[in-house]
Amino acid sequence: MPSIILFAPLVGALIAGFGWRIIGETAAMYVTTGLLMLAAVLSWITFLTFDGTLQQIHILDFIRSGALDTSWAIRLDRLTTIMLIVITTVSALVHLYSIGYMAHDENYKEGETYKPRFFAYLSFFTFAMLSLVTADNLVQMFFGWEGVGVASYLLIGFYYRKPSANAAAIKAFVVNRVGDFGFALGIFGLFLMTDSINFTEIFAATPELAHQSITFLWKDWNAANVLAFLLFVGAMGKSAQLLLHTWLPDAMEGPTPVSALIHAATMVTAGVFLVCRMSPLFEFAPEAKTFVVYVGATTAFFAATVGLVQNDIKRVIAYSTCSQLGYMFVAAGVGVYSVAMFHLLTHAFFKAMLFLGAGSVIHAMHHEQDMRNYGALRHKIPKTFWAMMIGTLAITGVGIPLTTIGFAGFFSKDAVIESAFGAHTAAGNYAFVMLVIAAFMTSFYSWRLMFMTFYGTARGDKHTHDHAHESPAVMTIPLGVLAVGAVFAGMVFVGPFFGDHDEVNKFYGVGGEKHALVETGLIGAAYAASEDTGHGDDHAAAAPGDGAIYTHPDNHVMDAAHHSPKWVKISPFIAMILGLSLAWFMYIKRPHLPAKLAANQRILYEFLLNKWYFDEIYDAVIVNPAKRLGVFLWKRGDGTVIDGTLNGVAMGAVPYLTGWAKKMQSGFLFTYAFWMVLGIVGLITWMSIGGGAN
Amino acid sequence: MITADLNTVLPEVVLAVYAMAALLFAVYTTKNATAPMLVWSTAILMAVLAFWIGTSGAGTNTAFDGAFVDDGFARFAKVVILLSAAAILVMSQEYLAHRALLKFEYPILIALATVGMMMMVSAGDLMALYMGLELQSLALYVVASLNRDSVRSTEAGLKYFVLGALSSGLLLYGASLVYGYAGTTEFAGIMSTLEAGHMPLGMLFGLVFLFAGMAFKVSAAPFHMWTPDVYEGSPTPVTAFFATAPKMAAMGLFARVAHDAFGTVTADWTQIVALLSVVSMFLGAIAAIGQTNIKRLMAYSSIAHMGFALMGLASGTVVGVQAMLIYMAIYVTMNIGTFAFILSMERDGQAITNINALNQYSKAQPLKALAMLVLLFSLAGIPPMVGFFGKFWVLQAAVDANMAWLAVAGVVASVIGAFYYLRIVFYMYFGSEAEPLDNKMSLVNWVALMAAAAIMMVGVINLFGIEHLAAMAAEALVN
Repeated sequence: MPSIILFAPLVGALIAGFGWRIIGETAAMYVTTGLLMLAAVLSWITFLTFDGTLQQIHILDFIRSGALDTSWAIRLDRLTTIMLIVITTVSALVHLYSIGYMAHDENYKEGETYKPRFFAYLSFFTFAMLSLVTADNLVQMFFGWEGVGVASYLLIGFYYRKPSANAAAIKAFVVNRVGDFGFALGIFGLFLMTDSINFTEIFAATPELAHQSITFLWKDWNAANVLAFLLFVGAMGKSAQLLLHTWLPDAMEGPTPVSALIHAATMVTAGVFLVCRMSPLFEFAPEAKTFVVYVGATTAFFAATVGLVQNDIKRVIAYSTCSQLGYMFVAAGVGVYSVAMFHLLTHAFFKAMLFLGAGSVIHAMHHEQDMRNYGALRHKIPKTFWAMMIGTLAITGVGIPLTTIGFAGFFSKDAVIESAFGAHTAAGNYAFVMLVIAAFMTSFYSWRLMFMTFYGTARGDKHTHDHAHESPAVMTIPLGVLAVGAVFAGMVFVGPFFGDHDEVNKFYGVGGEKHALVETGLIGAAYAASEDTGHGDDHAAAAPGDGAIYTHPDNHVMDAAHHSPKWVKISPFIAMILGLSLAWFMYIKRPHLPAKLAANQRILYEFLLNKWYFDEIYDAVIVNPAKRLGVFLWKRGDGTVIDGTLNGVAMGAVPYLTGWAKKMQSGFLFTYAFWMVLGIVGLITWMSIGGGAN
Repeated sequence: MITADLNTVLPEVVLAVYAMAALLFAVYTTKNATAPMLVWSTAILMAVLAFWIGTSGAGTNTAFDGAFVDDGFARFAKVVILLSAAAILVMSQEYLAHRALLKFEYPILIALATVGMMMMVSAGDLMALYMGLELQSLALYVVASLNRDSVRSTEAGLKYFVLGALSSGLLLYGASLVYGYAGTTEFAGIMSTLEAGHMPLGMLFGLVFLFAGMAFKVSAAPFHMWTPDVYEGSPTPVTAFFATAPKMAAMGLFARVAHDAFGTVTADWTQIVALLSVVSMFLGAIAAIGQTNIKRLMAYSSIAHMGFALMGLASGTVVGVQAMLIYMAIYVTMNIGTFAFILSMERDGQAITNINALNQYSKAQPLKALAMLVLLFSLAGIPPMVGFFGKFWVLQAAVDANMAWLAVAGVVASVIGAFYYLRIVFYMYFGSEAEPLDNKMSLVNWVALMAAAAIMMVGVINLFGIEHLAAMAAEALVN
């Protein structure tokens, strides 16, 4: 069954990509969508029936060269099954949605065929993403990692006639290369230290790595720390963390379903998945974990501040994604990997829904993306409005504090914040403060988006507003399905992901038989109960690689999080309420206030609007010098030196010598004889005076 | 004693007796009318002898007190010589007959020259060496001016003769110096006086003169000057013959003298050979660029190729000799195919040698153009053609012998040389429109062209096992 899940999208991509001329455009769309639905159904069956024990499904022999012996296999454990449902569900819904969204595209001329290509790319992306999460070794994972990169490149640049889309595609690819360089170095390093790239062997070797050192950049480092750090650099690129985040907002140049699938729900979470997958390594790399926390918290804060002032509806959501990814990394960095996965899961639902909702708005507004030209749309597109409302409630974390009732984001985000507090470290406290502030800002910009789009008065082109219409059913049905997830995913899964650690361990298959007897349901009823039960050290018995995630015996952060004070648990809720109130005040009550504020606080506003000037700094420090160096090497190095030398030799020296040789070949016997005599004189001289006599 | 000696030289005796008998037969019967029959019978006899030598005996036999050596090395060289001579003979028949040049002396002279060559590669004594060399040369002087009504052909023969005489003089002078210092003409005896690795200056002079004489025969620069003129002036089949069997024989002789007579002082002569090699490679590559006559072009091409073959010898090792033998075998095969094509270059029955005539040849004759493309790529040493592996072997040998500079020079020269081979390909495929060449090609030549091209492609699999044979031959020579 996992093989079918993995290969169904590939089959779809091949059929749509190469066979659409035979089966036709419409069939290509339905085939890919159908195969993805099949994969989604099978994924849910796999997820729900999965018992937590690791399965390795051998598919083919991959590389065998010296000490490198690895096969292509599916590693099926809890992490994989979580990712399977996320990917296939969102992907299937996005496929369905795209049938409506891509029906008429003004970037393509009448009669041009682009839909099969789009669907083939989408399916290819899904295949690559699935092979990333099902990988049994690092190289297989790297294949998927690069595969999603390629698919992302193709889809961001799908409107290849737009220069901005091409630039964004290239930017995404190049920035990811920086991260991939770190990832590749990490793989090399792990192979160097453990002589294997298979997860099973690497995990078994991680306790050793903590005591070994590795020379990197002329200096000895702790092996576990430096390798975890390098892998995290890869994750930073893919998951758009601070310093390598610049590509994500630009990636919004792609069609909106792409943004929903790749740049919200799946690909960008690959970095979080990588850290969780490598949890045995990270657990032995405390410094690297601290670094993860700092980067994650700072990203969450930074992206939220930028999101406050953006006017493009997709960019707001893009920065929101960036920020939420920071939350996930904080959870992973403090060592509560299950919570990182929890937020990944819930975020996938509500963020995909927000994107698809935004797409629906954009569709209704004839590809207008500036929120300043929206307003009062809630009656024109009610279904979209309600979907966006649910998504906003979910992302801002609406729920009843200290109970188990609330939207998805309420559970997962609060779990992240509590975990950060529970770490009781400087990094954890920093992250806690940052995340609570970010939660406030998240609430503000999310509600700002809602109010600007759906409330107030209609702004912008009147004609567009008059013709605004609800999207077809193929687009609203996916919204409905995702809404279910956004509402219930938190309540249903809080137990297994953030319940008492026995329950979590059982869910992830840690400890095997020992926990099999512990009674738990999937429903989060156990959540409250778990507060007081077991926080002994019995879970320490698990060895690295036993179960999908590994927790070091000294890592009690999740228990500590459960025991954090009430004010900690309530603080994100307070932040949310404050953000909502402020947004209401500024955009409903006093709609002229934002403009005035922007004028008063010119510098701050510009700073945020220009995304902290990251792009400008990069252009000045890296991009332009690199361009100048490139031009120099091209014009001077390649053109003048290399071409010049070769041309000089080939068109100057050689013809000259040829002419000379021709002249010597005079046709006269005496010349020939003379040269023979000269030759022998030369040889005799050389041999008797030069080296020969010795 | 004499029976055993004769047994050892039996193949040579058979060919020599055949040549004389054929001469008598032709003179007393219908003279030139017998020529076609003689061409075929000579070729067949050569092929049979090649088969015989190739399958007969192992080990080393000497005859006439060591003047004649029959070892693995000699057998390898003889097989190549005999087969290439036979191939060129049958290829030339139609061309010569068409121009009323098919005289009965032609196959007989070729046979005699071949006897000389077989003698050369088997020489174990300076006297035997000279005998073989002159027997070969005298026959070749005559065939060069086979077309005696043509000024160019007679000029070619005369130039070849005069310069050949000069080179023989150099060689003889060297031989007498060597004899003077060694007290013997026998290779083994010369070697024994050099056991200590010490080289008297007089002996060194002798060595240089000897090598200069042999360098003339392989047309290594700066003793190459005769080559372009003789190649151009001689009738094309004779040029084809010059480019193949005698080159193998002369290289064989070179290696024979170097290793059998001076094997203990390799450090001395490898410098000479390396120098000859590098000068030849560059001269051949650079001078050929200026040629528009394909026969002159092939002359320079052969000079450059001899430079590469000498590179193998210059390394002074077993692997070097092996590389040289492989290189020569490949070179001879390529040249047979190329000359099969050149022989068929005609327009309205007139032989054409200007490479411009090949413009757009691929349109008219796609298959032949393709075969020629393969051969030219192979000559240029472009992978994956077999010619590349020949170069690869000699470069490898040079690098292994700590002569990386020579290998680098070889690579640079081969890059320069690639130009003129590729230019022909360019003319054939992208040249401007030109008057087309005649379409006809004799079956023999067609087969030779296609077979050579096919060998260049298929041979990449295992070089037909020639590496192993060459290794055994080199082993026999050096040790």
